[in-house]
Amino acid sequence: MTDHKQHTEHSHEEHLREKHLMLDPLPRGKMNEMVMEAMTTPPTWKWWLVFSLLAAFVAWGLFYKWGVLIAKGQGEAGVMRPDYWGIFLVNTVFWIGISHAGTFISAILRVFKAEFRRPFTRAAELMTTFGLVQAGFSIFMHMGRVWLFYWLMPYPNQRLLWPNLHSPLTWDLLAITTYLLSSTMYLFLPLIPDVAMARDRSTGWRKNLYKILALGFRGTEGEWTHLRNAMSIFAFAIIPVMFSVHTIVSWDFAAATRPGWSSTIFGPYFIVGALHSGMGAAVVVLAVIRGTMKHMNYFVRGEHFDAIGKLMLIISMAWAYFFFNDYMVQWYGGDKWTQQLLHFHEAGPMGWMWFTMLITNIAIPWALLWNAKWRSNPWIVGFVGIAINVGMWFERYIIIPISVTINRMPFTWRMYTPGIEVPMGIGTVALFILLYMAASKLIPLIPVWEVQEGQMAHELKKFGRETVVSVSELE
Amino acid sequence: MIRPEEIKMSAEETGKWGMVINQDICTGCQACVAACAMENNITFVGEVDAGYGRSMHWIRIERFWEGEYPEVKMTPQQPMLCQQCGHAPCEPVCPAFATVHSQAEQLNLQVYNRCVGTRYCANNCPYQVRAFNWRDYQRPEPLPNQFNPDVTVRRMGVMEKCTFCIQRIHKAQDKAKSEGREVVDGEFTTACAQACPANAIVFGRVDNPESLVSQLAHKGHGVKHLEELGTLPNVTYFKGG
Repeated sequence: MTDHKQHTEHSHEEHLREKHLMLDPLPRGKMNEMVMEAMTTPPTWKWWLVFSLLAAFVAWGLFYKWGVLIAKGQGEAGVMRPDYWGIFLVNTVFWIGISHAGTFISAILRVFKAEFRRPFTRAAELMTTFGLVQAGFSIFMHMGRVWLFYWLMPYPNQRLLWPNLHSPLTWDLLAITTYLLSSTMYLFLPLIPDVAMARDRSTGWRKNLYKILALGFRGTEGEWTHLRNAMSIFAFAIIPVMFSVHTIVSWDFAAATRPGWSSTIFGPYFIVGALHSGMGAAVVVLAVIRGTMKHMNYFVRGEHFDAIGKLMLIISMAWAYFFFNDYMVQWYGGDKWTQQLLHFHEAGPMGWMWFTMLITNIAIPWALLWNAKWRSNPWIVGFVGIAINVGMWFERYIIIPISVTINRMPFTWRMYTPGIEVPMGIGTVALFILLYMAASKLIPLIPVWEVQEGQMAHELKKFGRETVVSVSELE
Repeated sequence: MIRPEEIKMSAEETGKWGMVINQDICTGCQACVAACAMENNITFVGEVDAGYGRSMHWIRIERFWEGEYPEVKMTPQQPMLCQQCGHAPCEPVCPAFATVHSQAEQLNLQVYNRCVGTRYCANNCPYQVRAFNWRDYQRPEPLPNQFNPDVTVRRMGVMEKCTFCIQRIHKAQDKAKSEGREVVDGEFTTACAQACPANAIVFGRVDNPESLVSQLAHKGHGVKHLEELGTLPNVTYFKGG
């Protein structure tokens, strides 16, 4: 009897250690080595194959096709009257949405001290920066005369001309630039101790690179204090920036006079939508990292998918609420053009997209994420992530090219057929993955020091026969 | 509807121009469309692009079916052009100030060389009357020989739209000024009004109660399109009078 009891006690502890990264500490040297190995292992031929395929896609889809677009004009794309905005704007909103979850996971979970965030903050922050790069590309592709893009910026000039501060597009540019700069700095700060660790354990060009990136970080008490202060300032400051960015993106539509666009709820609706697609993308990135890189089974575990899965489920419910609210308010509004538009969404030639969106954004997450066992499975959660991203892309497609088809001048109604936007959109996806692949070989994708810090704070304590997890307050 | 005597002009204002279109006598002959293209150097987009909704007319003739088959009848022809809104939705959305309100003429101006091609103005125009230069279109011979020297030729990537033939307004004002008098009503008109064989389009000063356009505009059965949006359009339509 006592034997059995002891056995279960023991296995309970084992079980806790197996399940939670924070309770399963490894010696620091060992862990540093694991991360270094994951980063410095020479790429396999498969890696090179995928890398060169993606590079070819970027060269052809993004750069060559963009050259064609600039030389021949926006007529190469599928845009026309009345669909003046097409897939380029869909992709812009989509990539800004993806970039949202990076900061959400990293900054909000850091501020709220959610311990499960520790191993994947870096991967998420990279998603913000890389996603914003694609958003920037997409918005510039959209411009008729992109070589004059600097006219949208407030720069001193002879004619005293400034950008129009009434226009949401001006604020878009300012917000995206602010977000890109602050999120890049926010990505860089927690990276410093890790590149310093890498600097001390590498040779050759890598050593030189990390020497520059580490800014001479040696790990003294003073340096850590400064770093922590800077990080906590950024973590708090970047949250309102993040909320403002997607609210401003929503103004592009909400401030317009078009039916289906002028909706006062677009601000929060877009933010929730952005988080929805961003969490989906983050979980896909995590599943790929875990599946393809060395030693990642130790760092990324079922508990992390479980935790993000819960967030995804809640955000999916919030999105459903906002979608329903937006729909109901517009429908009750009774404007005849809006009613025609809502009917066109569901029963028009692109109605399949509307229904697919509801299935992938609501039905699939709700059906698969309620169960803790399924939620801990990277395959299932990864599938839900991909489904949500397809659905959220469709949502933006419905809001932009499909909604502008219906306007107050029925004489101009016309369906949109994409042209050069398709290869260029694929090019942005390829560049996003390409940047991740390059980053996985150049910087530690796992914030080792954050994991170690967390493990130091966590302890399994025994009170009588009970094993209890205790977390000591850091800072 | 604002009546002419209620209009107060600011110091820089030189007059408020407006148009009246009588749909009852419009035959839909498209002479205005052709005249506008000639006057304003509007490019020819070709069959393929025109078929895809990229034709660049500053004025177009709209016509719809009414009723269910077989009880179908056609609605009256409806020439649609920039309404030169007093409170235009296109203006505040341009990030580069390429779409501005002119203080002197009280028209919506498009500054071609300031336009960067975000196409936000066209999206926000409830009348859908803006035309974008999707490509650098080639004009077939001999059309390149008949450019109007008073009007800019636009290049790829910029937005354009009806200007109420602002070059004609300026010419008439300059002529009147050199002769030391005011512009007389009917002294000049826009290309579309000039070409209309039925005189369905009348152009003039709406702030002058004596002008033909003011008198027509206040006959009582004129309507302004999408006035409920608060755009204060300057074009009045007649139908069923």
